[in-house]
Amino acid sequence: MNQRSTVSSSLEKILLAHGSGGELSHELVTSLFVKAFRNPILDPLDDGAVLRIGGKRWAFTTDSYVVTPIFFPGGDIGKLAICGTINDLSMSGAKPLYLSAGFIIEEGFSLSDLQAIVASMQETASAAGVKIVTGDTKVVNRGGADGIFINTAGIGAIPEGVNISGRNARPGDRVLLSGTIGDHGVAILSLREGLQFFTTLESDCAPLNQLVVEMLEVSKDIHCLRDPTRGGLSSTLNELARQSGVGIWVEENRIPIKEQVQGACELLGLDPLILANEGKLVAIVAEEAAEMVLQRMQAHPFGREAAIIGEVREEPIEKVVLRTRLGLTRIMDMVVGEPLPRIC
Amino acid sequence: MKFIDEYRDGEKARPILEEIHRLAKEPLRLMEVCGTHTVSIARYGLRQALPETIELISGPGCPVCVTSNRDLDKAISLARVPGAAVATFGDMMRVPASESTLALERANGRDVRVVYSPLDGLKMAEQVPQMKIIFLGVGFETTAPAVAATALEARNRGLKNFFIFSAHKTVPKALKALLDLGGTKLDGFILPGHVSAIIGSHPYEFLAAEYGLAGVISGFEPLDILQSVLMLVRQRKSGRPRVEIQYKRGVKPVGNPRALEVMGQAFEPADAEWRGLGRIAGTGLAFREELAELDASRAFELKVPATKETKGCRCGEVLCGLIRPEGCALFAKACTPDNPVGPCMVSFEGSCAAAYKYGS
Repeated sequence: MNQRSTVSSSLEKILLAHGSGGELSHELVTSLFVKAFRNPILDPLDDGAVLRIGGKRWAFTTDSYVVTPIFFPGGDIGKLAICGTINDLSMSGAKPLYLSAGFIIEEGFSLSDLQAIVASMQETASAAGVKIVTGDTKVVNRGGADGIFINTAGIGAIPEGVNISGRNARPGDRVLLSGTIGDHGVAILSLREGLQFFTTLESDCAPLNQLVVEMLEVSKDIHCLRDPTRGGLSSTLNELARQSGVGIWVEENRIPIKEQVQGACELLGLDPLILANEGKLVAIVAEEAAEMVLQRMQAHPFGREAAIIGEVREEPIEKVVLRTRLGLTRIMDMVVGEPLPRIC
Repeated sequence: MKFIDEYRDGEKARPILEEIHRLAKEPLRLMEVCGTHTVSIARYGLRQALPETIELISGPGCPVCVTSNRDLDKAISLARVPGAAVATFGDMMRVPASESTLALERANGRDVRVVYSPLDGLKMAEQVPQMKIIFLGVGFETTAPAVAATALEARNRGLKNFFIFSAHKTVPKALKALLDLGGTKLDGFILPGHVSAIIGSHPYEFLAAEYGLAGVISGFEPLDILQSVLMLVRQRKSGRPRVEIQYKRGVKPVGNPRALEVMGQAFEPADAEWRGLGRIAGTGLAFREELAELDASRAFELKVPATKETKGCRCGEVLCGLIRPEGCALFAKACTPDNPVGPCMVSFEGSCAAAYKYGS
């Protein structure tokens, strides 16, 4: 059972769930985009493409940001747009260098909000040591966009000896997580219309390039890196299991989670494993190197609560298995549809 | 997390499981009525921990799943009313009606909004007085009091653009109907905790009195469920079936009188169409005459096309505990959570979705 689904040919329209980072997103990417654009650089389907230019390897990636609300505790759409692309580059082991920024702005959008967003982008970029070197602006009619959409693309240099890909997980490897999950997802949900609840929780939105540099200083035996954004930890681990053709085993009680996040999830009937994160990474590391890498992560401000949460095995192929607190096991599947609170 | 972790503690579970294994020598078929139990059982992998003698069967307790295609078609028609917006709980969005889903209607430009409480619908109606806001009332006794209170509040505020479509259902008589169908052989029920927090334990007394069946009202954490199973095993051993409350921190024998009163002010019992069980007298909740104006089924003249049942979908039998999800030929093949054919694969609480997501 749990066969991977075939193309949803019966659907004639794009649904919101196509963008949720779950099974339907995955299917849209593989059955439409990859099929149309197929080439050896795209095919690995990692967070960024790896280009070989002038004898060096470069990581190249792009992402668009459409968050509501635009300003949230711990960040804003601008910070998110910079961190997201920096993190995507970092997940191929690259040192992020240059970014582009494209703005699609709805007619009537507040100029002071735009100024605040731009200032936040510059602050984040310079703190992370990257430059925004090109850009574009479009203004659309009122109703043609929801306030502001931002696209960023970036390139970064991949150091010699680094070979990181979602396809590199090997049985015996350890699974490391850089900190608590679900912080961003719950911080955003707490502000959504109709769902406002008070929390002091902040989004974990952060650039992870320095953390990755330090991890790679300790060991080059880091096989996979991925940031569990949309679709959460669950989708990220499933993607890695599929790309590498391995089974990933995770211990539920080792996954760091803040009490506030756990509480909000209990109340709303949400699974923290599928909530978005914007400043966390999953690393799959050779067994011998795992402990050293973990210690280095824990010494970094963005990895203080890092933990080894599981390991890679041969079986079950392309699946993630969660051992619950009761010591029993179950399959941890990808997200399906929009993650929404349920009736009761 | 305090008050949660204790109920998920493997150390505390062990002695309960050992006692169950020691006592459960004879086959015992137990139905968990509530969808939240179904999910909890699957999510924590409880089936693998229980002895082979104990079979857990999912029942008709997922509100989305038991909603009939006819009611779903009406919801779609309501979304097509000009100048109207439908407000619904999220898990209704992707349930396939005869020819569409609310998610597809939204993709096609209809105004369908996800809300987290019926009061959100009321607020929308106040904010956009030029629009008709129709709240889809789906759920059991757990949800109905909040909808009833919202309806009474809408009337008090004199709102003319707020409507509710009531597809609510009530549990006890449905269990009776299920037993009377005769196809499902059971020894006892794991009874729903939240429904019972409202209605109490008395409405289930017929289970023991008329059918000789055991019943335990259970909480939703894994230890709650294991303890309930143990209580059912002991009832069976003692030969004295009755209704017991395991979920004492949530349920009193009399239920919640205030919630029942509010429900009674807004609703009266009506017949309801259940997927799998058919029409059952007295298991629906219709608005009382005083609230007729906000009753969407009376306020709008709907052209609802003839209802089509999906070929091959066996959700009805799954809901009655006649087959396990894997017993349906469509399961995990034509019917997946991405491309659901029946509601049991859509809802988070659906038996098929739980079996697909967590394995069984």
